[in-house]
Amino acid sequence: MRGDSRILPSEITPEPVYLARRSFLAGLAGAGLAAASTPALAQVVNVTLVPRLEFRRNARYSTAEKANSFAEVAGYNNFYEFGTGKEDPARNAHTLRPRPWSVVVDGECEKPGRLDLEDLLKPHPLEERIYRLRCVEAWSMVIPWIGLPLGDLVRRFQPTSRAKYVEFTTLLDPKQMPGQRYGVLDWPYVEGLRMDEATHPLAILAVGLYGRVLPNQNGAPLRLVVPWKYGFKSIKSIVRIRFTERMPRTSWPLSAPREYGFYANVNPAVDHPRWSQKSERRIGAGSLFSRQPTQPFNGYAEEVAELYRGMDLARNF
Amino acid sequence: MDPDTLTRRIVKPLVFLLCLLPLAWVAAGILQWPGADLGANPVEKVQDTLGIWGLRFLLLTLAVTPVRELLGWPRLLAFRRMLGLFAFTCIALHFLWYLFVDQAFDWRQLLVDIAKRPYVTVGFAALALLVPLAWTSTNRAMRRMGRRWQKLHRLVYPAVVLGCVHFWWQVKADVREPLMYAAIAAALLGWRLHRHWRRRAAAPRRSGPAPGPGRERDAGQDQEPARRSAPSRRLVQQPPAQ
Repeated sequence: MRGDSRILPSEITPEPVYLARRSFLAGLAGAGLAAASTPALAQVVNVTLVPRLEFRRNARYSTAEKANSFAEVAGYNNFYEFGTGKEDPARNAHTLRPRPWSVVVDGECEKPGRLDLEDLLKPHPLEERIYRLRCVEAWSMVIPWIGLPLGDLVRRFQPTSRAKYVEFTTLLDPKQMPGQRYGVLDWPYVEGLRMDEATHPLAILAVGLYGRVLPNQNGAPLRLVVPWKYGFKSIKSIVRIRFTERMPRTSWPLSAPREYGFYANVNPAVDHPRWSQKSERRIGAGSLFSRQPTQPFNGYAEEVAELYRGMDLARNF
Repeated sequence: MDPDTLTRRIVKPLVFLLCLLPLAWVAAGILQWPGADLGANPVEKVQDTLGIWGLRFLLLTLAVTPVRELLGWPRLLAFRRMLGLFAFTCIALHFLWYLFVDQAFDWRQLLVDIAKRPYVTVGFAALALLVPLAWTSTNRAMRRMGRRWQKLHRLVYPAVVLGCVHFWWQVKADVREPLMYAAIAAALLGWRLHRHWRRRAAAPRRSGPAPGPGRERDAGQDQEPARRSAPSRRLVQQPPAQ
């Protein structure tokens, strides 16, 4: 079965009532404090209007942990381009126009170019990956992403031998992204990965979640997901992918070099200078006392620890 | 009804109920009442709400004296203790929530945090400064302590500074909100500093803190006008402004 990211008109047809947002909420009944608070959040996205995607499940790279509700995933976000409060993106991201969208791929590669999103995605079947997401602020979620392996896309553009890193850039448009009117960060947002990180099978570019096109506040139409790193590495609303020889100057280390590093691997042994990273609060875990220990590389050590063999992870935080 | 009775019997209870709203909202959220939405991260929401209202009440408490002097509303003093105790209540609950819910009774982690995390250290220090103020907020303590009461209650100044720093050190990049609170605190403390200098300039023969004309005027201004009823009790209840 071949997935396709193109959205057919038939897919935009409103879903039957059984898929209405109440079905997302039904699973939360009795789940405790968090559950009680989600109905209002759910209203920020009318799920039935979000186009569905074709995909196959990738069980190998998916966790069996219980996924967070759509309302939580789409209602509690860090996306400073739409405000610095957790609920700001859901409230403000309607100004983003995720289609039409094009992405520039350039730098150290054989086949640079500017591609429409559809052309960028066309050759790649979509798959669902249920990943843990660990924010640097010590909270976490489990999210069923729909996306494609970043490595497959990277290889298509034939990076040269000088390409040591991949740099990603978010859209810069204060009209669409009102948060960019304030110099909270040095806009546009920039992230980066080492080439071996970018081509690791766990790294994906996501175009959807919960089987549907990404809500704007989750980084529509195209975002990175690197589950073994803190959430801020997973850059949203990407307009440029550039292959570089030098380590990209990424936004958070530029803003506070003592607090955020380029690697930003989830690591309970290396605290943030201001708070502990030993444990995390799982959003919607159904209990007030929902702190749980943080795992090295967010539980993906088996897959990715070898990338960092011999590196001092306390220095390269 | 004369204005004092109106203040005491009607306005003060109304303000009390108004001040209760943030706490009531938090309680309603915890009890999952409809309409009280604590969001996807309710533990954090309660923690932040209690903290920010603690700081707001603290600033409101500090605003009483400047506002009543600048606008000539002497009766505002009747609300100061109540506002201060609301600040203390929110901040104490903020701390207890952190300890018992966020950290789940982990005393060891608490001690590590207080020692190692500067924002926890300053927050805890602010709370520690407020404890004796809440403790001595009774009429009896005011009566017993006399002038020392006023001196002790100046601890609220460092407490509010620490509160602003505590807020500032927690944000990741967007300091606009803590900056706003810090600016208000700076204005309220700056007004007092300015008043202090002005009075010293007006009373050049005094160099130390001994009572001089300036201080007497200070005390006189802050007391309720003599025509008020129940003189001794009310004077004790409303000590000189800080």
